[in-house]
Amino acid sequence: MLRYIVRRLAQLVGVTVVLSMLLFFWLRSLPGGPVNAMLGERATPDQKARLEAVLGLDQPLHIQYVAYVGRILRGEFGNSSAVLPGADAMDIFLARFPATIELSLVAVTIAIIAAIPLGYIAARRHGSILDNATIVGSLVGIAVPVFFTAFLLKYWFAVKYGWLPVSGRQANLGCTRITKFFILDGLMTREFDCAASALKHLILPSIALATIPFAVIFRITRASVLDVVSEDYVRTAEAKGLTNRVIRSRHILRNAMLPVLTIIGLQVGSLLAGAILTETVFNYPGIGEALVSSFRGRDYAVLQILILMAAVVFVLVNLIVDVLYAVVDPRVRTR
Amino acid sequence: MTTTTTERRAAVRETAPLLSVRDLTVTFQRHGEEPFRAVDGVSFDVRPGETVGLVGESGCGKSVTSLAIMRLLPKRGNKVTGTVNFEGTDLLSLSDAKMRDRRGRDIAMVFQDPLSSLNPVVPLGVQVAEVLERHRGMSRKAAMPVAAELLKRVGIPDPVRRLRDYPHQLSGGMRQRALIAIAVACAPRLLIADEPTTALDVTIQAQILALLKELVEDTGTALIMITHDLGVVAGLCDEVNVLYGGRIVERGDRHPLFRDPRHPYTNGLLASIPRLDAAGERLTPIPGSVADNLPWDHACAFAPRCSQPIEICTQVTPQLEVADGRALRCHNPVTSGWSGPSAGQTEGDVAR
Ligand SMILES: Nc1ncnc2c1ncn2[C@@H]1O[C@H](COP(=O)(O)OP(=O)(O)OP(=O)(O)O)[C@@H](O)[C@H]1O
Ligand SMILES: [Mg+2]
Repeated sequence: MLRYIVRRLAQLVGVTVVLSMLLFFWLRSLPGGPVNAMLGERATPDQKARLEAVLGLDQPLHIQYVAYVGRILRGEFGNSSAVLPGADAMDIFLARFPATIELSLVAVTIAIIAAIPLGYIAARRHGSILDNATIVGSLVGIAVPVFFTAFLLKYWFAVKYGWLPVSGRQANLGCTRITKFFILDGLMTREFDCAASALKHLILPSIALATIPFAVIFRITRASVLDVVSEDYVRTAEAKGLTNRVIRSRHILRNAMLPVLTIIGLQVGSLLAGAILTETVFNYPGIGEALVSSFRGRDYAVLQILILMAAVVFVLVNLIVDVLYAVVDPRVRTR
Repeated sequence: MTTTTTERRAAVRETAPLLSVRDLTVTFQRHGEEPFRAVDGVSFDVRPGETVGLVGESGCGKSVTSLAIMRLLPKRGNKVTGTVNFEGTDLLSLSDAKMRDRRGRDIAMVFQDPLSSLNPVVPLGVQVAEVLERHRGMSRKAAMPVAAELLKRVGIPDPVRRLRDYPHQLSGGMRQRALIAIAVACAPRLLIADEPTTALDVTIQAQILALLKELVEDTGTALIMITHDLGVVAGLCDEVNVLYGGRIVERGDRHPLFRDPRHPYTNGLLASIPRLDAAGERLTPIPGSVADNLPWDHACAFAPRCSQPIEICTQVTPQLEVADGRALRCHNPVTSGWSGPSAGQTEGDVAR
């Protein structure tokens, strides 16, 4: 088991190196560039050349890349040129990261808590009205774009009725910061109004963000439970006279969860994509919003670190999922 | 020896049945399809401690019969009628909860494919212990040593270590032993074994049959042995029911039935088993397949494949008639019976 985890971590290093390389060359092949963005369209060629020399952008690409890797290894991630000019790119990432994690965690939790029981019930009542209704619902969930869902939610519950905040992460209450996860901070410092405010700000964005993972997890759970209930070992469990509760949890769900686990890991990718849109609609100060503005300003340093860290998170989450998979499925563990 | 067996059989026949199946009919009805009667008015008895065989080709309704007795058929798409009387209670009219209490405790079942019948992600020990927890009210801690004891009893070496193993870590024979351990955990009065050896290779088959025989003799559990293999029946069963097309076509005590099969189908089945004492003699399989069956409503379903059909066979349904401890559904029974191995030889023939 330990060797397995170590092997996967080594893969993670490989993925990160390759990705950083691709990212570096891809970003620099984009039209525009930071100099234009910093100096504006009307700067003279002379001004541009001077700034390029200062930033080292006049060097050949491969030399720039070696210099870049050298800086990264020394822990210098470069300074922002557009999002927050002069600020350290890593600091920008670290300031934004907890916000997005908090949002995604809440969204995934909502999706899982709703999707797995519903998927199970739909499968057990295969062909019923409830089954068909939830299938249609999940199709709608997949088909409607996230930003549209986000916009509708914002319009109805924030703008029109004013039940929930329109934007931001927390009301200005002078809250103490410890972990930068606002709900957690509020609970740890017993500033419960802070936690409540953070939670209120999270409700609409996280529901918007949860729609697609909900629909996907629901459908996989349903299909997987349908497969498992016709397995011989479920009949064996029935023949033992076990209670419905034991048959459901130990014999059906434990087997049916295997494909669901994998899909939850893969959803992290689409979750990050959804976060960009949701954060933009709700002006939520997370990675997604920073990604949009750094892209607009060709802020290489910030863009690089954001995308790279997103990839690392993706690979890490899938590593965790694979480990969980091995915990649930002895056939993987004891190979 | 034959006399003592006969006397024992006579005594057994006097006792009240443990399980008494009457007119069991299972009709499958799929949307937009003709209803299909997989089991058609089957009646038989099982007395305490008795081993009864249910024999017939693939698709004749053996599994459906056993699943109907256990109430394990799918909830939708079928209709079960008749009665299944177990110790004075009709199982078919019990509530779901009451039936659940009996399954695994009073009646247990061993299935055909031991790998797919065990849960791949649950340790073996838990799969044995959970029956004891359910029906004996034991805690997990108390049940585990009992589970190990059970695994030992069915011949699994190093049982304490095996408790933590998963099904994929066991050989086919071990898995079937484990399934048997699960089935006998609560000392049920009736055990139903649905082709328990079909998925195993020949030497393992013999071991599993010997184990079942030993368990049944030690505990006095009654056994319904479902098989398409008359060799299995020969070594194990007191009484044999031969099923064809969802109906019983012949029933008799093992020795008389083997010595003197009356139904052409039983005769055909016997002629198609390889015999130890007749090396070189040609086997004669029954021609055709179940696809040729006539409907029972106005004919004998077996007539198109029969070796000696007469005109009435395709016009009138034969009834199950009982005479001298033999039940027979045939218009034109075999008279000069198949001269098969004598009773003594069949007994030694378990290994087949
Ligand atoms: N759930 C079901 N729905 C519809 N038809 C079924 C169902 N289960 C069984 N049948 C049909 O009932 C008939 C009897 O099936 P059964 O499984 O009892 O055969 P069997 O005698 O056990 O055969 P085998 O030796 O292959 O196990 C078959 O024709 C089968 O197609
Ligand atoms: Mg069968």
